[in-house]
Amino acid sequence: MYDFGYTKPSSLADAVAALAGDDEAKALAGGQTLIPVLKQRLNKPSKVVDLSKLGLSGITVTGDSVTIGAMTNHATVAASADVKRAIPALAALAGGIGDIQVRNRGTIGGSLANNDPSACYPSAVLALGATITTNKRSIAADDYFQGMFTTALEAGEVITSVSFPIPAKAAYIKFKNPASRYAMVGVFVATGPKGVRVAVTGAGQGGVFRHTAAEAALSKSWSPAAIDGVSISPDNMNSDIHASAPYRAHLVGVITKRAVTAAG
Amino acid sequence: MNAPFEGIGASVRRKEDLRFISGRGNYTDDINRPNQTYAVFRRSDRPHAKIISIDTSAAKAAPGVVAVYTAEDLAAIGGLPCGWQIHSKDGSPMAEPKHPVLAEGKVRHVGDPIAVVIAETKQQARDAAELINIDLQDLPSTATVTDALKPGAAQIHDNAPGNVCYDWHIGDKDAVDAAFAKAAKVVKLDLENNRLVPNAMEPRVALGDYDRHTGDYTLFTTSQNPHVIRLLMGAFVLQLPEHKLRVVAPDVGGGFGSKIYHYAEEATVTWAAGRLGRPVKWTADRTESFMSDAHGRDHVSTAEMALDAQGNFLALRVNTLANMGAYLSTFAPAVPTYLYATLLAGTYKTPVIYAEVKAVFTNTVPVDAYRGAGRPEATFLLERLVDTICHDTGADPIAIRLQNFIPKDAFPYQTPVALQYDSGDYFTTMEVALKNADYAGFPARKAAAAAKGKLRGIGISTYLEACGIAPSAVVGSLGARAGLYEVANIRVHPTGSVSVFTGTHSHGQGHETTLAQLVTSQLGVPFSQVEIVHGDTNRIPFGMGTYGSRSLAVGGTAMVKAMDKIIAKGKKIAAHLLEASVDDIEFADGTFKVAGTDRAKTLGEIALTAYVPHNYPITEIEPGLDETAFYDPANFTFPGGCHVCEVEIDPETGVTSIVNFTAVDDVGRVVNPMIVEGQVQGGVAQGIGQALLEHAVYDSNGQLLSGSFMDYTMPRADNLSNISVATENTMCTHNPLGVKGCGEVGAIGSPPAVINAVVNALKQYGVRHMNMPASPEKIWGIINAGRKAAE
Ligand SMILES: Cc1cc2nc3c(=O)[nH]c(=O)nc-3n(C[C@H](O)[C@H](O)[C@H](O)COP(=O)(O)OP(=O)(O)OC[C@H]3O[C@@H](n4cnc5c(N)ncnc54)[C@H](O)[C@@H]3O)c2cc1C
Repeated sequence: MYDFGYTKPSSLADAVAALAGDDEAKALAGGQTLIPVLKQRLNKPSKVVDLSKLGLSGITVTGDSVTIGAMTNHATVAASADVKRAIPALAALAGGIGDIQVRNRGTIGGSLANNDPSACYPSAVLALGATITTNKRSIAADDYFQGMFTTALEAGEVITSVSFPIPAKAAYIKFKNPASRYAMVGVFVATGPKGVRVAVTGAGQGGVFRHTAAEAALSKSWSPAAIDGVSISPDNMNSDIHASAPYRAHLVGVITKRAVTAAG
Repeated sequence: MNAPFEGIGASVRRKEDLRFISGRGNYTDDINRPNQTYAVFRRSDRPHAKIISIDTSAAKAAPGVVAVYTAEDLAAIGGLPCGWQIHSKDGSPMAEPKHPVLAEGKVRHVGDPIAVVIAETKQQARDAAELINIDLQDLPSTATVTDALKPGAAQIHDNAPGNVCYDWHIGDKDAVDAAFAKAAKVVKLDLENNRLVPNAMEPRVALGDYDRHTGDYTLFTTSQNPHVIRLLMGAFVLQLPEHKLRVVAPDVGGGFGSKIYHYAEEATVTWAAGRLGRPVKWTADRTESFMSDAHGRDHVSTAEMALDAQGNFLALRVNTLANMGAYLSTFAPAVPTYLYATLLAGTYKTPVIYAEVKAVFTNTVPVDAYRGAGRPEATFLLERLVDTICHDTGADPIAIRLQNFIPKDAFPYQTPVALQYDSGDYFTTMEVALKNADYAGFPARKAAAAAKGKLRGIGISTYLEACGIAPSAVVGSLGARAGLYEVANIRVHPTGSVSVFTGTHSHGQGHETTLAQLVTSQLGVPFSQVEIVHGDTNRIPFGMGTYGSRSLAVGGTAMVKAMDKIIAKGKKIAAHLLEASVDDIEFADGTFKVAGTDRAKTLGEIALTAYVPHNYPITEIEPGLDETAFYDPANFTFPGGCHVCEVEIDPETGVTSIVNFTAVDDVGRVVNPMIVEGQVQGGVAQGIGQALLEHAVYDSNGQLLSGSFMDYTMPRADNLSNISVATENTMCTHNPLGVKGCGEVGAIGSPPAVINAVVNALKQYGVRHMNMPASPEKIWGIINAGRKAAE
């Protein structure tokens, strides 16, 4: 780690002010991504702005939506009776992230701000058509993800919460990278107020994406069999020592089908 | 009072675990010395490059920096020595290029240390290490043995033409050729043994200390054999007299072979401590471990078996290319020769065998012994070959093994590749393993799995391994530059408790428990009254440490011999006290007794007399009850056994799940069944890791792609199944305990059982062989190709 300044503001305004005008300043949420990066000296922030005292954690469920504060950790989402009732797929997704230590620290806001191409949450946000709220504005999921590790967030913009419309049916299935256990291919399927949406994480070169061919097939018939004729081109798939692009493309089909089966 | 039985055969709980699981272990990194400094190495990020210049001025001027050293500063000290010399077929000694402590002129693998920064804090050392300006000029590089042998391949060492370290052979080539010429059938198989990173839980750490008043050096290090490090580093690298060098290996968190070797960091911190007059500590981070701990395996082989019309093995021919990495690690040359090719008879009576082994330099981390060392490679080759024979000829995997096993009454059995097995019974271990695994019930389970859309397979492997490598004279004639005896000093204290000073070293094996059980059985001293001392050259006699499953067979036997001396002396003292003839004194359960009477003295009474010799035969024997024995075994020991693995494959994803694993091993006499079970299970977990998950992948240029846990797949609990462990033992005939060793059997027997099961599950797709790891993608590729062909 390089030396860096540290501040723990107690209001959102102070946090935004601390981040403003300093390109080298970094927000700190659960630190499950940022701290390893600092440890490996891959990042040299001027200062770290700790978001833990801003009152950004908590879960609110209404008749048609689930809103999760940006600083809510994965373990809390996984254990929430309200989330389990309203969007069980979301609670299950959170419960499948990393290990118990990671889930006790890592947050939904950090995960979305980071937009790791193998992260789980982006698929839920995109498939459920969620809305991301920041200190400045609300951003629709379809506008938010802009390629791996790239989002619509501007410099110094802080995510405050994420709001998920409650779907009629949804499920997330993750085919884990055997080593890291992030998603090698993760598919979130949903049908509900936002229509039929299928989001794929881990597989694509550009990070999370909507699987439009599967959406079209499932819109006609919401059933596992509907996926049988759907294929996806390996051209834009990731390729690494664990899985080639054609294998990932194949897995997208298998995992989508399993997600539909799980969603019922 | 009925004391619990805690001698040989009891599953006594491991006494060391209390401190380990309560955070009270004393590992090298827990040790800090007053006025300590911190070392950070600047390593090569290139696989192969010429060092044009190194500018350390900015680093030297950085805050907190005490010193920066490069090879130039180390000009007076030697390179890291290699402990085993192999001679090629033509009689010439192997190429033995210098392994400099810090890179000289060239870097030869990613991770090769170029410079060291020593500073007041680790943070300052890290900061300064980045300020060293190193100008490297890339050279062509090579990562695999096949590439390194190609004409025109990058030349890694000037004195190793064609990158060949040695070109060695064993066995009778003419006899093998003749047998092949008249064979009814020849089965040939090309196979690879995947490169592994050991990944002990505790990374390597070295702390050098120097006392300027006495001139004494101390090295605290994560080692499996502190005396070996003292000898190698003191005599060959730093030229320090051994009485002025103490090496301490305290609690060590796993070694698996990787902590046998003498590493550059140990020499650097010890030397620098002397130079600076301050302690110097280095602690590896995990990234450094991946690129500097000796790796394991990495063979490319061709195996051919000649058979007669009835399926009898007539002759075996093997050709192996072994990757040495960029430099020779301490025992690297021995692994693909005397720990591999001599094992190629396995459990079979194959009458003639010929093996050629070429050791090759590449731009990768040095490769050396890793749990099993050579024997897993030999077992994988043989057991895959036997199943491939079944594939090609339709033979039954059980029947062909039974037909070719060394008969029960053939022991001692002389193999055609030098070893003489003293005992074994491969029929029984296989019979029990098949029963425990319910082999007969497999077709029903396969049908049930098929009904769920899953492919089930079952695979067996039988193995023979050699441990307790010995005797010294023989290994010396084969090129070892060390003796391979072991030593124990048994000190009976005046009040009858016992300290054992053993030359072996425990880094997870549980010696503090197992070795104490030997004392409880032989001297009748309660388990709680026995202390095992190891790991400090200032406390223990000169011993060779722990590797190759040798501790009990060699170190335990040294203890038995030392205790024999204690008993013999005790009898003389007892005879004096009891006014009887020595010949009439019997010793049992901690008591010396005049035969046929109730006149007796306890060991405690004898000990007290020995140290307070008021009434004592002082003209005949010396006071004290403290005996040392060195034991040089007559032969290796030969554990063997049978492993059965059952897998289920998801044909849609190619994912393999282990559904059942059964091990039945012959480890000789079992001292602590619980510890044996744990050792076998741990070994099997590593074997399953090798078979399904682990792979150190280099790109073609020598960059390590799987250089962190994000990409290197360690086996985890949910990758495993229940592992059933049983033993069916025959006794070792040449050590008094009858013990053979159990530390490596799991990692040796299991990989081919897993792959045989995977290949069996994929039978319908015509698969003949699969290299490790059997990754989901590989398996899906086979299934997908089969499906396409069928369409
Ligand atoms: C061992 C391990 C396994 C993991 N496995 C998985 C897995 O299986 N699936 C998965 O999805 N993830 C996984 N993760 C990642 C984990 O989910 C992290 O929690 C997540 O990526 C980042 O969240 P964080 O709260 O830790 O963010 P931090 O690490 O604190 O921050 C990450 C980035 O986001 C920025 N940031 C944080 N909060 C905000 C905010 N509110 N507004 C704007 N910017 C912000 C930070 O400045 C930083 O750049 C794993 C992590 C580890 C260490």
